Amino acid sequence: MRKTAALPVAMVATVALLAACSGGGDTTSSAEPTSGDGAGAGTSLTVWVDENREPAVAAAAEAFEESTGVTVELVQKNFEDIRADFLAQVPTGEGPDITVGAHDWLGSLIVNGVVDSIDLADVEDDFEPVAVEAFTYDGQLYGLPYALESIALVRNTALAPDPAPATFDEMVAAGRAAGTKLPFVINTNGTTGDGYNYYPLQTSFGAPVFVQEEDGSYTNEIGMGGEAGHAFATWLGQNGMAGTGVFSTDWTDEIARQEFADGNAPFAITGPWAITGFEEAGVDFAVEPIPSAGGQTAAPFVGVQGFFLSAQSDNALLAQDFLVNYLSTPEAQRALHDADPRVPALLQVAEDVSSDPVVGGFVAQVKNGTPMPSIPEMADVWDHWNAAEAAIISGSADPVAAWDKMLADIQASIGG
Amino acid sequence: MSTQATHAPAATGTGAPEPHARRWDGRGGGFLVKLALMALVNAVGVSVLWAAYAQGSWAIFAASLVLLVTADWVYVSRRALPLKYVLPGLAFLLVFQLFSMAYTGYVALTNYGTGHNATKEQAVDALLIQAERRVADSPSYPLTVVQRGDEVGFAIVDEGDVRVGSAEEPLADVPDASVDGRRVTAVPGWDVVPYTALISDTALQQRVVDLRVPVSDDADDGSIRTREGSTGQVYSSALVHDEAADTLTNTETGAVYRATDEGRFVSADGEALAVGWRVNVGLENFTRAFSDDTYSGPLLRITVWTFGFAIATVATSFLLGLVLALVFDDPRLRGRRVMRTLFILPYAFPAFLSALLWRGMLNANPDYGIVNQLFFLGTRIAWLDDPVLAKLAIIGVNLWLSFPYWFLVCTGALQSLPGDVMEAARIDGAGRWRTFRSITMPLLLVSTTPLLIASFAFNFNNFTLVYMLTGGGPRFTDTSATLGHTDILISMIYQLSGVAGGRADYGLASALSIVVFVIIGTISALAFRRTRRLEEVL
Repeated sequence: MRKTAALPVAMVATVALLAACSGGGDTTSSAEPTSGDGAGAGTSLTVWVDENREPAVAAAAEAFEESTGVTVELVQKNFEDIRADFLAQVPTGEGPDITVGAHDWLGSLIVNGVVDSIDLADVEDDFEPVAVEAFTYDGQLYGLPYALESIALVRNTALAPDPAPATFDEMVAAGRAAGTKLPFVINTNGTTGDGYNYYPLQTSFGAPVFVQEEDGSYTNEIGMGGEAGHAFATWLGQNGMAGTGVFSTDWTDEIARQEFADGNAPFAITGPWAITGFEEAGVDFAVEPIPSAGGQTAAPFVGVQGFFLSAQSDNALLAQDFLVNYLSTPEAQRALHDADPRVPALLQVAEDVSSDPVVGGFVAQVKNGTPMPSIPEMADVWDHWNAAEAAIISGSADPVAAWDKMLADIQASIGG
Repeated sequence: MSTQATHAPAATGTGAPEPHARRWDGRGGGFLVKLALMALVNAVGVSVLWAAYAQGSWAIFAASLVLLVTADWVYVSRRALPLKYVLPGLAFLLVFQLFSMAYTGYVALTNYGTGHNATKEQAVDALLIQAERRVADSPSYPLTVVQRGDEVGFAIVDEGDVRVGSAEEPLADVPDASVDGRRVTAVPGWDVVPYTALISDTALQQRVVDLRVPVSDDADDGSIRTREGSTGQVYSSALVHDEAADTLTNTETGAVYRATDEGRFVSADGEALAVGWRVNVGLENFTRAFSDDTYSGPLLRITVWTFGFAIATVATSFLLGLVLALVFDDPRLRGRRVMRTLFILPYAFPAFLSALLWRGMLNANPDYGIVNQLFFLGTRIAWLDDPVLAKLAIIGVNLWLSFPYWFLVCTGALQSLPGDVMEAARIDGAGRWRTFRSITMPLLLVSTTPLLIASFAFNFNNFTLVYMLTGGGPRFTDTSATLGHTDILISMIYQLSGVAGGRADYGLASALSIVVFVIIGTISALAFRRTRRLEEVL
């Protein structure tokens, strides 16, 4: 009897396994706008937000509902799920009218045809230029920014009392002079590598990932090749684990934060997400711009958060109205900042919150930054880039050869 | 759920010759319960039907209708006794498994992925949106929507003058219109649409958003559009869609882009527009997985490693679990219960957490990695950065994770072995080893082989462990595919699917998951056939 049952059971089990592992987002239908009857105009807008931002958007939505009678449905989602769900659901007509998102999704949203352009008209000049630039693609604006984020140099003021030096070498010397276990820490993401955290050092050699146009928009021409790229790779290898040992692939985000919080390193390159931990550890610190390693300005990637409009929205008119006239107001932008304290995209709000030295430090660093490329080609860069840097830092590969292989691999992925 | 369902037909099929259901006249308390349950099922069914009807999802509507009618027939009819047991399981199988399988099969035949995400109409929409640019330095005008019969138009205020136009008529001055601040209040020959009326009429909104009013007779001057219904800006589009010819024309360069079978618009000199759409590509995904150099090299190595990993994991963890179970089965051992409980601990942690913990513990630097510090005298061993060591690490961690399972299973199986057979063996003069080899092992394998096969299938697709422990790394250095030495087939599929953020290729990923299914299905079927032979030994 068990014999007859065994085979089907096994088949069912394998099918279940496979379905669980491979089923691409096909059965989700979370954003079902229910009818908004009873409310004045009887129409409704669906907005996807994550947990942190929901209260702030809810406040703006309330004002919008009051003046137009339109119902605004907020659907709470995990921020990490939004990009894939938006791509999958907009074409089916089940997607939202508006979603919260990060500017570096823009390239894939564009080639997949799911995002609509917007026009901020007169209020555009009230925003931090780098934030508007980040949401601009091929000369068109595709989103309303509200917050910026970048990494910066964090200095332990007890171990290194002098303001951060202008060059990376002087900073390392100051770090060694402090007599701690390590002069400096950075998140290398273990043996995976992390091009994001090392990017300001790379740009100080004049080797941006992609060549930028005059107006700041990225072309798909790789910019980190040539002499500048080789100079950075060589320098990275010299300071890696086979060289001076300033960098290490042993460091993950947690380890880097822990070493700084324990006072084992006077300097760290890290982002706003680490700040609470440092405060709780009782470290006295200052946030300063990242020193230059190669002579030019060290420009970190700036990530910008904002709101996108669906290309298949049935209520495009209302959605535009809500974005441009309700979510871009100083009150709404301030509420978004309070809900999730990052550098505000609206200049007026940024000024208001800059009195805090930590926020002020990040505001200053963001102004030096460049938007993370949002072109679809960027998706092909990360894996190759991270891996090449990890191999160079660990000393397992020749810097220039590894760098050139990375460039060839990226070029092959982009071309193909 | 499905286990019960598949067991049921066998149970009823070999039941007593005269089941009591035949003698039952169908009334009584049980009947009322059945009635209530069926009413509930019908209520749910009708609400699903209604929702499907309202959404216009006809496939779902038809499937739910068939299911509901079948359910009613099965539970009312007296002749469908076996089905009464099987139906719930079958229904779940259909809804949750066959559907996603069929969908995976469908996607495998398309080029669904980045750049081919939507339908053709949506791709055209998106291309037109992207090509329409605001005319440089053009002003923004206060705008009012007006209507004349069925025709919609815009009235704008340009430095105090009111100008009105529609899709057919370019903007023209209307001297005798009246204005109140930024809004036009009356235009002769046109009805002014109040803003409140506009926002309550979705169809009208759509027409307003789609409306372009030419600024003048010259098309190059651009046209007025509004995005939110109260201001208008001058835009011009670089692309024109010709529906009849199925082409898009760039008005600046004159290039004509034609729709191709690959789901893109391509010009005569081979330049393609950014947004494409989903088309059927037949079996191309299957052939590409094996013929494209980027994938075929890694695919072979990854397949070999996937088998190696699954077999090694099952073998090591089964053996360790068995040995421990045999040791702890000996009644002379003290503290067996405590020890047994301790052994089960790794099994009680969520696997992904354990994998993350191990990742930290295996850090090469003995300051951070406790494994090197405690067991290797503080030597620097790059567990996760060396192809061979990373493979050993992953098998080792999986051994730690899964031996408690086999310990549990074998302990249970050993305790249920018939005592009389053991006794008979002893009387016949068999030694310990002989008893173990000829009696214990065969009997144990009868009950554990199906589990071994299931465990093999599970580890063949053990995505969590690979993703959390090594992320597939260290990477292959001789290919440009973003795959590594510890990637197994399922993590390779994940990488290709682009869910993590890379360039998505759902078509290829689906094709590969079907290949994986065929592999596992075949192996399981063959292995189960062998199990049957094991049972015949007795």
